[in-house]
Amino acid sequence: MDRLARLGATVTDAIAGIGRALAMLLGAIIGKPTPRKSWPLFVQQMYVVGVLSLIIIVVSGLFIGMVLGLQGYTILVDYGAEQSLGPMVALSLLRELGPVVTALLFAGRAGSALTAEIGLMKATEQLSSLEMMAVDPLRRVVAPRFWAGFVSMPLLALIFSAVGIYGGYLVGSGWLGVDEGAFWSVMQSAVDWRDDLMNGIIKSLVFAFVVTWIALYKGYRCEPTSAGISKATTSTVVTASLAILGLDFILTALMFGG
Amino acid sequence: MDNFVALKDVHFSHGQRTIYDGLSLTVPKGKIVAVMGPSGIGKTTLLRLIGGQLRPASGSIKVADEEVTQLSRKKLYELRKRMSMLFQSGALFTDMSVFDNVAFPLREHTELSEDVIRSIVLMKLEAVGLRGARDLMPSELSGGMARRAALARAIALDPDLIMYDEPFAGQDPISMGVIVKLIRSLNESLGLTSIVVSHDVDEILSIADYAYIIADKKVVAEGTPDELRDNDKAIVRQFLQGEADGPVKFHYTEDDFAMDLMGEAHG
Repeated sequence: MDRLARLGATVTDAIAGIGRALAMLLGAIIGKPTPRKSWPLFVQQMYVVGVLSLIIIVVSGLFIGMVLGLQGYTILVDYGAEQSLGPMVALSLLRELGPVVTALLFAGRAGSALTAEIGLMKATEQLSSLEMMAVDPLRRVVAPRFWAGFVSMPLLALIFSAVGIYGGYLVGSGWLGVDEGAFWSVMQSAVDWRDDLMNGIIKSLVFAFVVTWIALYKGYRCEPTSAGISKATTSTVVTASLAILGLDFILTALMFGG
Repeated sequence: MDNFVALKDVHFSHGQRTIYDGLSLTVPKGKIVAVMGPSGIGKTTLLRLIGGQLRPASGSIKVADEEVTQLSRKKLYELRKRMSMLFQSGALFTDMSVFDNVAFPLREHTELSEDVIRSIVLMKLEAVGLRGARDLMPSELSGGMARRAALARAIALDPDLIMYDEPFAGQDPISMGVIVKLIRSLNESLGLTSIVVSHDVDEILSIADYAYIIADKKVVAEGTPDELRDNDKAIVRQFLQGEADGPVKFHYTEDDFAMDLMGEAHG
């Protein structure tokens, strides 16, 4: 009976948590737009969340593209199909690896930073002082970070895929001798703008929404102590990573499942 | 006498723990009122209740004749523009310079030009003796300077009420003396009403016009500093003279020590 009660309490807590997270998000993004104040904050957060994530995204994209080129070539060459290396690299990146790996890297770099920053603002009473100064912390702190995450992640995913394709080209064409014209032209004819590129962007938008939301909520609700912030930061990375992988399967099934 | 803040029969609980059980107190306009009491009895909670950050289970909290417990979010935010709070940590925004911290409420709530904002900020910083520190970041300030910079920010919008949360905690004697004088002089020169939550008895009683001692979930003594010093109540004596044992126990509620040790040994 106790076990049943505990299970019930866990489920109720989880539902209450989703409700609180939703209330936080709606409080942040719904309201009268104030572009004069919000735009500079958004631009600043785009730099912190997006631009500062560029290095890890570009370097990871390049290496993953190079590995794809190498692995793809060694498999395709056995069937005499090395001309298909271009579409293999491009489709892998645009459909899956671009959105998923970018989201995972984003959760680790920007998501954890967002949680820690907001958690520390809470612990040092900066959020409370905003409230006492009649400034809504949801609109001032949470909203610009949410929009910056939501906008920057799909852009980062596109950059990741573009750099990855170039990495595949460097290895496939520059090193392993796949014909350069074939690499690009077969890729061009095989990649569909709507089915591949748009679906990848949609995935990325969903991941951006979920990862940024989780990161902000974990920071906003964390226990305002050093242990609490540490726990919240870890929880952001774990929860966001699992959410990305779970959602990726659902989205892939919906988009390409039949 | 006109009261700027009035709490009547306030009940407030945090989870299962009752913090206030019928708390009543008033803060007259233009006065410095001290709220004292042992640690952990919810003095900061009192300020958050007055500021509308927390809502009581029952009772009335009036600030400037507005019932805080009934106000809509919009009206509460309007009321908060007339009050300020100096947090224990200072709560300066760590990504902004001292100047930008003080300018923050002006930029948020007024349409003043940057020239006018600059003049106001410099005046406020001059009042707390930090005009020369305007370009420093909060991490470059000492504890006392951070508290004074936060005070400059708190008076930026010329509020009617300032609430000080443990303003002397962790300060060296010089900083403490400076802050004591600042609270008194700002109150007089700006015509403020001040609520100072503290357990630094000598400092706070030296500037307060009226004082409350809170213990056991309600006000246990009140009066002018002289009246409190003459008060014979055991709890007042214990608190003002800093005695370890008395009505307020030094030890957190626990079982008998010997029994506890034996229990551990056999358990």
